[in-house]
Amino acid sequence: MTNHLIGQGGMTRRGLLKSSMAMTAAGLMLPAGMAMAQAEPKKGGTLRIGFNSGSTVDNYDPGVWDTNFVQVFAQARHNYLTEIAADGSLVGEVAESWEASSDATTWTLKIRQGITFHSGGTLTADDVIASINYHRGPDSTSAAKPIVDPIVEMKSDGPNTVIVTLSGGNADFPYLMSDYHLPIMPAKDGKIDPTSSDGCGPYKVDSFEPGISASLSKHQGYWKTDRGHFDGLLLLALPDPVARQNALLTGEVDVINQVDLTTVSMMARNSAIRILSVTGNQHFCFPMDTRAAPFNDNNVRLALKHALDRQEMVDKILYGYGAVGNDNPIGPTQQYYAADLPVNSYDPDKAKFYLGQAGLTSLDVPLWVAEAGFTGATDSGTLYAERAKAAGINITVERAPNDGYWSNVWMQKPWCASYWGGRATCDWMFSTAYAAGAPWNESYWDNERFNTLLLQGRSELDDAKRGEIYHEMQAIVSNEGGVVIPMFASFVMGVSNAVATPDVVGANWDLDGFRAVERWWFA
Amino acid sequence: MHGIWTMIRQRLLLGMLTLFIISAVIFGATELLPGDLARELLGQSATEETLAALREQLGLNESAPVRYWNWLTGVLHGDFGMSMATNKPISELVGTRLGNTLFLALYAAALAVPISLTLGVLAALWRNSIFDRASNALALTAISFPEFFVAYILILWLAQSGIFPSMVRMTEATTTLDFLYMAFLPALTLTLVVTAHMMRMTRAAIINLLASPYIEMARLKGMSPMRVVLRHAVPNALAPIINVVALNLAYLITGVVVVEVVFVYPGLGQLMIDAVTNRDIPVVQAIALIFACAYVLLNLLADVLSTITNPRLMHRK
Repeated sequence: MTNHLIGQGGMTRRGLLKSSMAMTAAGLMLPAGMAMAQAEPKKGGTLRIGFNSGSTVDNYDPGVWDTNFVQVFAQARHNYLTEIAADGSLVGEVAESWEASSDATTWTLKIRQGITFHSGGTLTADDVIASINYHRGPDSTSAAKPIVDPIVEMKSDGPNTVIVTLSGGNADFPYLMSDYHLPIMPAKDGKIDPTSSDGCGPYKVDSFEPGISASLSKHQGYWKTDRGHFDGLLLLALPDPVARQNALLTGEVDVINQVDLTTVSMMARNSAIRILSVTGNQHFCFPMDTRAAPFNDNNVRLALKHALDRQEMVDKILYGYGAVGNDNPIGPTQQYYAADLPVNSYDPDKAKFYLGQAGLTSLDVPLWVAEAGFTGATDSGTLYAERAKAAGINITVERAPNDGYWSNVWMQKPWCASYWGGRATCDWMFSTAYAAGAPWNESYWDNERFNTLLLQGRSELDDAKRGEIYHEMQAIVSNEGGVVIPMFASFVMGVSNAVATPDVVGANWDLDGFRAVERWWFA
Repeated sequence: MHGIWTMIRQRLLLGMLTLFIISAVIFGATELLPGDLARELLGQSATEETLAALREQLGLNESAPVRYWNWLTGVLHGDFGMSMATNKPISELVGTRLGNTLFLALYAAALAVPISLTLGVLAALWRNSIFDRASNALALTAISFPEFFVAYILILWLAQSGIFPSMVRMTEATTTLDFLYMAFLPALTLTLVVTAHMMRMTRAAIINLLASPYIEMARLKGMSPMRVVLRHAVPNALAPIINVVALNLAYLITGVVVVEVVFVYPGLGQLMIDAVTNRDIPVVQAIALIFACAYVLLNLLADVLSTITNPRLMHRK
C-alpha cells in the first residue's frame, strides 16, 4: 500500500496534506475539503475523550505526571502561571504579567486577582509559592525538579506579587512556568496537598477511577469567560488502539488521540468523524553516545546523518503524518526556527566521503530499538539499515524489550531509538537534552561553542540577538550534534464532527497542547 | 459423608501449600523483570537523584527476601498490604475489579454452560448427523480463532451497527439490566471461546457410555433414545462434565485479559497488566493469588461434586 502511494506521481491526498501543512504556519492540517466553518463557540455538552494512556497509578501528584491522560486531566482542573497559546506564543494565566531585571535573574510576577479555587478560596501569591516550592528542595521526587532547580528564592510582595530570584539569567523563565508539572494548587500552611484534586481550572473533579475514567463538571467561578465551553468532561482510558477507534466510530466518545497510523486512512473514510493532525515539536530520534567510538568522530556522525532517507521514513513510518527532520530538535513552528540551514539529505556518496574522512571504508554499528522508544522504531531501524548499505554502513538492528527500555537501553547503549515531546523554547530543549552535563543529554554531547552560546542566549533579553544565537546553535546541532533526527511526528487525533475546533490547534503537545478540554466546543 | 469432609480438609491444606509455592514463584518471576517501580513511575524523565529519593520513600531499598517476607506475613494476617504505586489498600483496588471479573465470568458461564451441555447431549444423541457435524464445526471454528479476532468480528457486526455498545462503561447509575446489555458482547465472545471444549467433552463422555452394556439393556427394553441419554447416560457422565465446566469457569475468571482490553472492561486482568507494567509487585501477587485460589477452589468443588454424583466413590473402602 505504501509503495503504491509513494510511486504515484502528482498530487496525492498525502501530497496535498503536506503542502497544506507547509502553508499554515502553525502546522494545522485538516483532510482535504474539510474546512471547518468557524462560529461563535457554543456552551454546553459533555466532551468524552478516549486516551491511549491511563493506568491505575495515575494520581493527583503533579510531580509524577507523564502520560497524556493525566496531563489533560491536569489542565482540565488546574491553571498554570503561564500558558503556551495555540500559535506557540506565551500568554499569562495565573500570572497576569511579568517583568525581568536587566540580567534576567530576578522576575517579578503579577498574580491575577479574583481567581477562585474549586473549594472556594481565592488564589494568592502564597499559593503560587507553595505550588512551585513543592518541586524544589532535596526531598523533591518531582520530575520537574530540573526546571525549578535554578530558582534560588521565591518570595511574595503583597498578595498579588511574587518575586523569583534565579541562580543565573534566564529569559525563558515565564515559558518554563507553563510546564504541565507546575499547576497552581491551594496552599495550607505553606504547602500544597498533592493528593487533592483542588485547583482553579475550568472543571472540577466529580469522580476519578485511575486507569478507567475521570468525570468532571464545570467550575462555575472560572475566571475565563471565553474558555471552558463544556458542561462536563468524561476522560476515558482506552489503551487498545482498536478499542479506541471503535469507541469513536460507534459514538461512545467524541475525541480520541493517537490514531493508529496504519488504519488512519480507513478511518478517514467515515463521514461522521475527521482526522485532525498537527505537526509540532514532537520528534523521533536516534541518539549516539558521542563519547564512545566510533561516534566520537563527527565524520562518522555526519556519515550516518547522510545514510538515511528521511522523506521515505516520514512516508513509510508516519504514513505522511509528520515532517522531515534535519537533526535539529527545534521544530518549524518555533519562534527561532532556522529554516535556511542546509539539509542533511540522503546521499550515500557523501556518507562514504565522511567515512573516508574518518579513515574508514566501511562501518559496522548496532542500533538498539524498541517500540517503547517510539512507535515504529523497529521498522525505522530496518529502513535505516537498508538505506545505509549503499554507503558501506552496516547497521545491525538490535531489538530490545519495551520493559525497562528507558533504564537499560536508553543512554546505556551507544546508539538507540528515542523520542522527545519537544519543548516550547530553544533554551528549554537545548538545556534539557543537548547541554553538557544535563541529566538527559542523551548523546553525552559536549560542544564548547554550543554551551557558551546556550548561556549567552538564556540571559539575553533582546529578541534579535537571541535569534542570531539560536540560529548558530541550530546550525551546530544539525552539523555536529550526536542525535540523528529523521522526522517530526504529528499528533494525529480523531474528532467527531459534533466537536468544533479553533482555526489554530496547539502543536506543542497532544490534544491542542493538552488544552482541548478548555479550547474546543460542540458545534 | 464423613469421607467427603476429610477429603475437603486435605484438599484445602494442599491448596494452601500450592498457593504458598505459587506466591514464591510469582515473587521470583517479578524480581526478574527489568527496572523497578521508581523507574517506571518517573519514566523517561527520571534522574538518579529523584530515583533515589523515590526508592527510599517506597522502601525499595530492602532486599528481596525481606520484602517477600513482609508481604507474606501481611497476607497471613489477612492484610494484602498497600499498592506501592497508588498508595491505596490493595483490597480496595482489587475489590471492585474482582466483582466485575466474577460478574462477567458468571454471565458468560450462564450463557455458555447451558448451550454447550445441550449441544453436547444433542450431538451425542444424533451423532454423525448433520446437526452433530454442524455444531462441532461451528464450535471448533469459534475456538480456533484468537479471542480478540472473535471480539472484533462481533464489534464489526453488532456494535458498529449500533445494536450493542463496543465498550463497557459502568457508573453508579448503571442498573443490572444495563450491565447485562453492555456486557453482552464480551460475554458472547467468551461463550464462543469456551463452548467447544465443554460441548465436545460432554459429547465424548456420553458417547463413551452409550457403548456400555447397561445402555444396551435400556435400549433393548424399548426406552426412547432421549430418555436413555438423559436418564441413564448423563448421570454417569457427570464427573468428566463437571470437571471440564470447572476448568472453563476458572479460565473465565483468569484468562479473559484480552477480552477485557478489547471491550475496555475494568476487570482484574487489566489491573494485573497495569500492575506488571508499573512493577507494583504486591498487587501482582495479590491478583496471582486470587487467580490461583480460583483454580484451587473450583478444582476442589469439581472433585467434591463428581464424588457426590458417583456413589461408588462415596463408599470407597
